[in-house]
Amino acid sequence: MADGTGVLILGDTTGGELGSTTLELLAAGQKIASELGEQLSVALLGDTLDVPAQQAISHGAQKVYAVNHPLLAKFQIDFHLSALEALSKEVGPRIILVARTNEGRDLAPRLAFRLGVGLAQDCLEVSIDSDSKTLMANRPVYGGNAIAVVSCDQTPQIAAIRPKAYEPAEEDSSRTGEVVSFPVELNESLALTQVVDTVIEEAEGIKLEDARIVISGGRGLGGPEPFAHLEELAKLMGGTVGASRAAVDSGWVPSSYQVGLTGKTITPDLYIMVAISGASQHMAGCSGSKVIVAINKDAEANIFKEARYGVVGDWETVLPALTTALKELT
Amino acid sequence: MAIKIGVLAKQVIDPEMPMAAFRIDESSKKVVPPNIPPVVNGFDENAVEAALLIKDAQEATVTVISTGTEFALDVMKKPLSMGADELVLLQDDIFENTIDSFLTAQLLVAAIRKLGGFDLIICGRQASDWDNAQVPLGVAELLGMASISLGKKVDVIGGKVRVERIIPDGYEVVEASLPSLVTVSNELGQPRYPTLRGIMAATRKKPTIWSSADLDLDSSQSSSRITLRDLFVPVSDQDCEIIEGEDPADSGRLLALRLREDKVI
Repeated sequence: MADGTGVLILGDTTGGELGSTTLELLAAGQKIASELGEQLSVALLGDTLDVPAQQAISHGAQKVYAVNHPLLAKFQIDFHLSALEALSKEVGPRIILVARTNEGRDLAPRLAFRLGVGLAQDCLEVSIDSDSKTLMANRPVYGGNAIAVVSCDQTPQIAAIRPKAYEPAEEDSSRTGEVVSFPVELNESLALTQVVDTVIEEAEGIKLEDARIVISGGRGLGGPEPFAHLEELAKLMGGTVGASRAAVDSGWVPSSYQVGLTGKTITPDLYIMVAISGASQHMAGCSGSKVIVAINKDAEANIFKEARYGVVGDWETVLPALTTALKELT
Repeated sequence: MAIKIGVLAKQVIDPEMPMAAFRIDESSKKVVPPNIPPVVNGFDENAVEAALLIKDAQEATVTVISTGTEFALDVMKKPLSMGADELVLLQDDIFENTIDSFLTAQLLVAAIRKLGGFDLIICGRQASDWDNAQVPLGVAELLGMASISLGKKVDVIGGKVRVERIIPDGYEVVEASLPSLVTVSNELGQPRYPTLRGIMAATRKKPTIWSSADLDLDSSQSSSRITLRDLFVPVSDQDCEIIEGEDPADSGRLLALRLREDKVI
């Protein structure tokens, strides 16, 4: 395997600031760059990069490649791929880290294939094998039933890191670093896809990913109406409502409610799961919760192996009693 | 002219199997196949459905392509009984290590070329075994075509594919010129059930079976990209405290008190 050097992070600059997933990549990147004894750099693509470049440095980047182009202002995969291909070939990193966000899940595989290398997808943890300087990545497979440890056989070694798998890097404004401008040539004709409309249908209130308290309902609720009880409890506790894939597939709530492997990843302080069996593919999206509470009438349900507190009983009885008691406490 | 649609579908261990039956053979780093039949990957059935919805509305042919080491023919014929026209099975021991998406994508691309290419390729968003979500995008990249992922509605209008694709807070409508590749998610809706007529027709159809030797592969690109180092079942060390009152309602009340007592709320 041809050697590259250093760790290159693909940064997110949406909204003019460094995105939270980039801060998480910086935490992962600092760890592996120091294990390697090599440089940690960040690639920023966009049209206003001064602020995020300084944020990257104060969060641990030693070097920032600023790829400034008006066509990079919004995410368009073909423009971003073209710029990253040129940058990667010029810089020659040993390792590239990408966040497995909505954009990253398209970008990372296409970048790996374009560069002719492998991608460790959806990683929970990355480390360096000190002898071979190889990146070792832990990733959930089989719907979260198993963990695979994989390594990339070609350089650059690319890993897509699951959002919230790492705590964000700490800020230290005394840090210094270098910002290097990397010019790219792009033109409109590169774009193979066009977004013609965007429809926002997320529920009002706190975003599921940001909520400190989440109450989710599953197949056992039996229909859309019981979600009103969950909404009531969520409102009372200052939380928000989520759902299992079974509830979404049944059409009871929109897909933006879905927690799990193919839905949202949440890390609330308190996660109350109502009538959800706790299949691995659901747990894959909520295993970072601090405290899980399960309410399920099936005492054998898998969720009682994952939860901190459990109540075995029908939600129709347990939930109103819980809600009433909470009202009295507040 | 008829639209030529290719669907990539994978045979997987039934993900709905009881979790207690999920076991890993540590020496071979493989999941022990359970004693229940395999299934067509769920998202790939959504892909078949997306193709058939297009075929319902306009003239189209649907060819299903699958890669694997061994096929359960009655399982893999399901897309045919749903209404697909042809089934191509790429059967080779090389697919033993399917965690290497690069290899799989290269063989699929060779087969797609041998079949004369497609106007539209539709795939499931990811397979329920390795959850890699790489092969479809890799196929698009190797063929130099547009890819639109996480579709919940796919239409072909005037030489373009128009896809409603899921984003975290809703969906966006994305268009691309044909040929293009689209991946679909469960939000596309329930795949149709095979009809009796479909099942009869599928019984008579013979799949095309190719091995890697039948495909034109670039040997300079055959080195491995990903190595599986270990595979294990994570252990949960969580002890669940079951809150038990006099009846379920009392349990609900006690749960609230306990959460307060432990300063969870």
